[in-house]
Amino acid sequence: MQISGAVAPAPPSSGLGYGPPTSLASASGSFPNSGLYGSYPQGQAPPLSQAQGHPGIQTSQRSAPSQASGFTPPASGGPRLPSMTGPLLPGQSFGGPSVSQPNHVSSPPPQALPPGTQMTGPLGPLPPMHSPQQSGYQPQQNGSFGPARGPQPNYGSPYPAAPTFGSQSGPQPLPPKRLDPDAIPSPQLSELPPQQKTRHRIDPDAIPSPIQVIEDDRNNRGTEPFVTGVRGQVPPLVTTNFLVKDQGNASPRYIRCTSYNIPCTSDMAKQAQVPLAAVIKPLASLPPEEASPYVVDHGESGPLRCNRCKAYMCPFMQFIEGGRRFQCCFCSCINDVPPQYFQHLDHTGKRVDAYDRPELSLGSYEFLATVDYCKNNKFPSPPAFIFMIDVSYNAIRTGLVRLLCEELKSLLDFLPREGGAEESAIRVGFVTYNKVLHFYNVKSSLAQPQMMVVSDVADMFVPLLDGFLVNINESRAVITSLLDQIPEMFADTRETETVFVPVIQAGMEALKAAECAGKLFLFHTSLPIAEAPGKLKNRDDRKLINTDKEKTLFQPQTGAYQTLAKECVAQGCCVDLFLFPNQYVDVATLSVVPQLTGGSVYKYACFQVENDQERFLSDLRRDVQKVVGFDAVMRVRTSTGIRAVDFFGAFYMSNTTDVELAGLDGDKTVTVEFKHDDRLNEESGALLQCALLYTSCAGQRRLRIHNLALNCCTQLADLYRNCETDTLINYMAKFAYRGVLNSPVKAVRDTLITQCAQILACYRKNCASPSSAGQLILPECMKLLPVYLNCVLKSDVLQPGAEITTDDRAYVRQLVTSMDVAETNVFFYPRLLPLTKSPIESTTEPPAVRASEERLSNGDMYLLENGLNLFLWVGASVQQGVVQSLFSVSSFSQITSGLSVLPVLDNPLSKKVRGLIDSLRAQRSRYMKLIVVKQEDKLEMLFKHFLVEDKSLSGGASYVDFLCHMHKEIRQLLS
Amino acid sequence: MATYLEFIQQNEERDGVRFSWNVWPSSRLEATRMVVPLACLLTPLKERPDLPPVQYEPVLCSRPTCKAVLNPLCQVDYRAKLWACNFCFQRNQFPPAYGGISEVNQPAELMPQFSTIEYMIQRGAQSPLIFLYVVDTCLEEDDLQALKESLQMSLSLLPPDALVGLITFGRMVQVHELSCEGISKSYVFRGTKDLTAKQIQDMLGLTKPAMPMQQARPVQPQEHPCASTRFLQPVHKIDMNLTDLLGELQRDPWPVTQGKRPLRSTGVALSIAVGLLEGTFPNTGARIMLFTGGPPTQGPGMVVGDELKIPIRSWHDIEKDNARFMKKATKHYEMLANRTAANGHCIDIYACALDQTGLLEMKCCANLTGGYMVMGDSFNTSLFKQTFQRIFTKDFNGDFRMAFGATLDIKTSRELKIAGAIGPCVSLNVKGPCVSENELGVGGTSQWKICGLDPTSTLGIYFEVVNQHNAPIPQGGRGAIQFVTHYQHSSTQRRIRVTTIARNWADVQSQLRHIEAAFDQEAAAVLMARLGVFRAESEEGPDVLRWLDRQLIRLCQKFGQYNKEDPTSFRLSDSFSLYPQTIAQWRKAGYQDMPEYENFKHLLQAPLDDAQEILQARFPMPRYINTEHGGSQARFLLSKVNPSQTHNNLYAWGQETGAPILTDDVSLQVFMDHLKKLAVSSAC
Repeated sequence: MQISGAVAPAPPSSGLGYGPPTSLASASGSFPNSGLYGSYPQGQAPPLSQAQGHPGIQTSQRSAPSQASGFTPPASGGPRLPSMTGPLLPGQSFGGPSVSQPNHVSSPPPQALPPGTQMTGPLGPLPPMHSPQQSGYQPQQNGSFGPARGPQPNYGSPYPAAPTFGSQSGPQPLPPKRLDPDAIPSPQLSELPPQQKTRHRIDPDAIPSPIQVIEDDRNNRGTEPFVTGVRGQVPPLVTTNFLVKDQGNASPRYIRCTSYNIPCTSDMAKQAQVPLAAVIKPLASLPPEEASPYVVDHGESGPLRCNRCKAYMCPFMQFIEGGRRFQCCFCSCINDVPPQYFQHLDHTGKRVDAYDRPELSLGSYEFLATVDYCKNNKFPSPPAFIFMIDVSYNAIRTGLVRLLCEELKSLLDFLPREGGAEESAIRVGFVTYNKVLHFYNVKSSLAQPQMMVVSDVADMFVPLLDGFLVNINESRAVITSLLDQIPEMFADTRETETVFVPVIQAGMEALKAAECAGKLFLFHTSLPIAEAPGKLKNRDDRKLINTDKEKTLFQPQTGAYQTLAKECVAQGCCVDLFLFPNQYVDVATLSVVPQLTGGSVYKYACFQVENDQERFLSDLRRDVQKVVGFDAVMRVRTSTGIRAVDFFGAFYMSNTTDVELAGLDGDKTVTVEFKHDDRLNEESGALLQCALLYTSCAGQRRLRIHNLALNCCTQLADLYRNCETDTLINYMAKFAYRGVLNSPVKAVRDTLITQCAQILACYRKNCASPSSAGQLILPECMKLLPVYLNCVLKSDVLQPGAEITTDDRAYVRQLVTSMDVAETNVFFYPRLLPLTKSPIESTTEPPAVRASEERLSNGDMYLLENGLNLFLWVGASVQQGVVQSLFSVSSFSQITSGLSVLPVLDNPLSKKVRGLIDSLRAQRSRYMKLIVVKQEDKLEMLFKHFLVEDKSLSGGASYVDFLCHMHKEIRQLLS
Repeated sequence: MATYLEFIQQNEERDGVRFSWNVWPSSRLEATRMVVPLACLLTPLKERPDLPPVQYEPVLCSRPTCKAVLNPLCQVDYRAKLWACNFCFQRNQFPPAYGGISEVNQPAELMPQFSTIEYMIQRGAQSPLIFLYVVDTCLEEDDLQALKESLQMSLSLLPPDALVGLITFGRMVQVHELSCEGISKSYVFRGTKDLTAKQIQDMLGLTKPAMPMQQARPVQPQEHPCASTRFLQPVHKIDMNLTDLLGELQRDPWPVTQGKRPLRSTGVALSIAVGLLEGTFPNTGARIMLFTGGPPTQGPGMVVGDELKIPIRSWHDIEKDNARFMKKATKHYEMLANRTAANGHCIDIYACALDQTGLLEMKCCANLTGGYMVMGDSFNTSLFKQTFQRIFTKDFNGDFRMAFGATLDIKTSRELKIAGAIGPCVSLNVKGPCVSENELGVGGTSQWKICGLDPTSTLGIYFEVVNQHNAPIPQGGRGAIQFVTHYQHSSTQRRIRVTTIARNWADVQSQLRHIEAAFDQEAAAVLMARLGVFRAESEEGPDVLRWLDRQLIRLCQKFGQYNKEDPTSFRLSDSFSLYPQTIAQWRKAGYQDMPEYENFKHLLQAPLDDAQEILQARFPMPRYINTEHGGSQARFLLSKVNPSQTHNNLYAWGQETGAPILTDDVSLQVFMDHLKKLAVSSAC
């Protein structure tokens, strides 16, 4: 994948700038979120002309014209907000020196600036990783940025030497009086504390704040339901709570796009470099207030489809000739309406029954599939779950097996059920293994379970048919007896070796023999070194990091795993893997099958029952109970002009169009990238239809259809105004994380940086009003792109620290692959919640603060979470009373560092904090284990790793540094 | 002296030996002209209620190539305490324990009535008998039920300390672990994959855990016994457990679609059984008992595919070399049989089905190891049930009538050499001075291994007279043969039975009548039949028949009294008159080794009471069909009796009643007529 291929943005964004005029008001009114960071300190509040001197960062305000149409570029100015920009004020400069330096690393020290030029100036030493002239990566943009990279010749002259850059002498093309809504005034003069000024640094408050953006969106868009009737609407951010009303387009819970307004031509798209992608979560779970998709039963004839492109009937199909025919909205083919489906049209050309039929009025719905949609033309049997438990020495020793067997006894009563069904249709089976496999016959007629040992792991097979997969209620006594006996039977085991591939093979063969789809739950402890297919060796080698061979760490050791995965997919066998390693287990290889079969991987390093029981059991419960679609195929159809070209996620593809998922649950997301293959039409827009054929957990074959209509634009500004940065980041992270399989990590990082710079430079060139090149102007919808992208760049996969293991990197890499937008958002930019700032009686979550050490007050405590980890940071000077009421100890020093459970105390603070922790956990798909970190304690290093706005130990740039670097990149592209 | 008939009978009862010739022709040339070779039928464990074993070990000749056992034929110098070996003439000192012997104080082995004597050996660890049941589960429900009951019943018949194991098979092969409480455990193998003994033992966890380089962990002493005895447990410990296990045994659960045979992995099951015992109890008495209800249909050893539309191979297919799986299957079972024999174990096959079960391919398993082969229509018949039960009958001492892991060692005096043996044995390839270069049967050795035997197991032993014509044996000279059988008694003791016999040499020229009178025509018939059968293993059927015929004609020419070219003048002495008939019977039976049929005629001619009595005595239990004249079942009878009326000659003979017998066999009358004609013909 080339980054140049990436097109198609779709971000959530603050409510500004698109849609109804109201947002305009809010935009202008609440300046802080309008992107004029400098202005929200009362200083330059209405940053009219006087503000313009500020160099710096601007986020281009979406100048909310009423609709997506007719947007005029900022240059035309009109109704838009005034903002600073224009000529720099004397004495002020921004980004000066660095800009002129082709190699920012060597940028002159800050003192080169004329004294008195404040903040912006020197962008500090830039992180080593971005060195623009590294040839390693060729920016492959379309012509518009031209030879941007060959920096020196031209920009050298306009922006002569560094020090003076900021001054008015700089080539400032704009007339001084211009108002530029997109410009960010620098905060410096007004609010920076004196000492900061002397350090010549950028005020972090002056740069776009994720917290602010999230807050604003919550305030602006969290109150009204999001109604999906209108084409091309940007939904609220994923961090905002909102309800959705399906009026013809799929809910953003199902589909989010990088942009809701896509360029009409591929040239435009190439110019903008904004990836066109959709993040699709076909089986997303909905809040109770929203109805799950209606199931439509068309009887034996099955769902109505276009004869040519096979698109399913949807609200965008055009009925003509009095209702006797319909024109396909995807391929324009004219189809006959079958007699049984005929209905008259009303005066607007709409079928009179449109509102009675979900497929004619809703964005998302389901069809009951006919037998033609089933494997071997046979309706499927209900799926099965097979629990496959490692009983080698390690698993026994840690108490895992005992814990698991105990839990399964009750958990099996909560297998997923269809709708109101009284009992689950899912059958269960049990296998234990070390270097041989033990199958269990748990037929209800038996007094005792029977164990069947298969030692022929080289050539796996299933030794029994009848009695292996059983109904839990019928065989309860036998199963209970089995689960009681398993820990006993292996209590004295000395077997330390395990196999892996044969285990999955066995499960898959069992499903094949039972002619059903299903899911394997594998509980595994160690590197499979026993003699068997898929045998692995320890190939962990940290020395490979930052070499061209680093990618091998992410690649599977042998092809056996892919081959197996392929067979699993063909059988509809999804694999969920729970790992309990004490050392390297080669997650990169072991996770191949879960990854390709739509399964999940859970990892509990150095598992100990006392410490990890809750986390494991909670994950297990959720994993077993969640609703899954089996043996699924997903196809994304598009209207003429664009085409789905690339897919990211946990699935397998045997051709270029069908995403095959042995299993798909409500957490799994597929990111789809689109490209132009023709010109789009502003009038008709662009349509997506995602069709998912799957077997429900009761064994019913269904089709779930999601439709989404997008706008198309001929003006780049429309694109930038309808982007969603969170979705963009989701795409870019997945793109990068896949890239590390094939390219050196550094090249992947450079690609991201280049693409980001190109996106922003394109905006700057085509959409922002002319202004000093020294100003960084960001599109409103993308003003968080730099900070978020920096988080991606410095994530463990792309820039590992010394403490991160190879397995952890591989683990995170595959986790991110199927994350949805909300998950990537919080994963890359963790939430940091102060605990004592808000009134104790407040029931809402406290407002978050930015993830930077500077924001921590040593008199306060903070919760930090990223969807996987949860920290409670305790400042050194927290009041004693607080310590007492939360930890039940008398002083800070007595708090146990690394504590993972808060004592249950009957006081408001304790209740509140524990309640908050519970509520945070409830929001995430995986249980987050709490770690209490004390300020100045050695565990604090771990915690600080998540303060993503700061410079990281592994060399990741701070937000400010990165922003400056990005600025420089953009300027290079522009010059 | 009594008649030869009595002599023969007496010898048989005392020594379990019957010779074709009881007076031996004294030169090689003459012996060859006798047509029927000098040979004997040896029943090594002939039941001798009157023979208590002696509690010491035999005294052996000190010549390393001889090692014959001291016997009544040896010359003893009581004064010098020396004895001369009657085979190699080596003079041996008696061991110190024999210090007190004298003419009146002789050890048993020197007394003439102890020409057969049994020694009990105290050395060596005794190991219990082992019974490994290998059970086909692709049976009809009632068949399986009957088999399960028989097996459960058998547990009460086994010696209490015997080890018992269970392997079941169908599409898969399951080796049941018998030691565990609670969960019943079995090891499962794919029925299609041929595994080496090593693989099988690895997979069953029988190999000692390899501890390369690190001796840090001392091998736990009980680890090994634990591993091997998981599958083989003393009956008294697990009979309840095993009874339940057998009770829960289900028909093979894998679906069999219309038009298919069930997938039956007999080959792999047997291979695993062999491998299991090989790894755990080599060279101890063990019986693998295979119960199968149909042909092997998959994996190594498959005899027919699972498509019902393709029938199992017929003789026609085999003759046309059109039996697809036969060679491979035979090879597989031969390999197993040889391994089993090498380990001293034996394999029984109980095949009960209406259709063929592939015994042809599997026969070597029983043949080479001394196992039983029983064929019936269903496990739910008395034929099977009583036969099976009879395996566990006990003798007058309360010991099981079975012995294991025997070696038969034969010594001969110089004028004789051993040509070979035919019977349930394999060669041990022991060359020696008394081994002939001409092989008859399994030859080239003086020792054979007989893995499983009972008091009726009988071998045909063939000899060659090597004395040259020009080196006559002095008048009254006697030849001697000693049979030494080491075996594991059912009481788990090691025993040695020694039989030493001697016969007179006679000059054919001068003493033909003597020789003729000492002809044992029954023994000869059987011995010739064995040869015929043995040859048929490797030669074409018609060739063997022709050979048999020619031998018979030559015999008649030699011993008959007749005028040349005058068939009517032909007459045979009494001692020969039965032989041609028997041969005729054998000829009809072709080369199938089904001795029960030989007696069928008698059986069915006897009153029903007699029939019952015979049924009780015979093993395997014969198929008993009660029929009447004209009844549909009568065809079984008619096809076996002497077809004096056939469709060929019915109208020629004309007058008598009765239906013609539809058979290609000639009537005895016709046969005899031809025989006489050929015998007197000078052209022959």
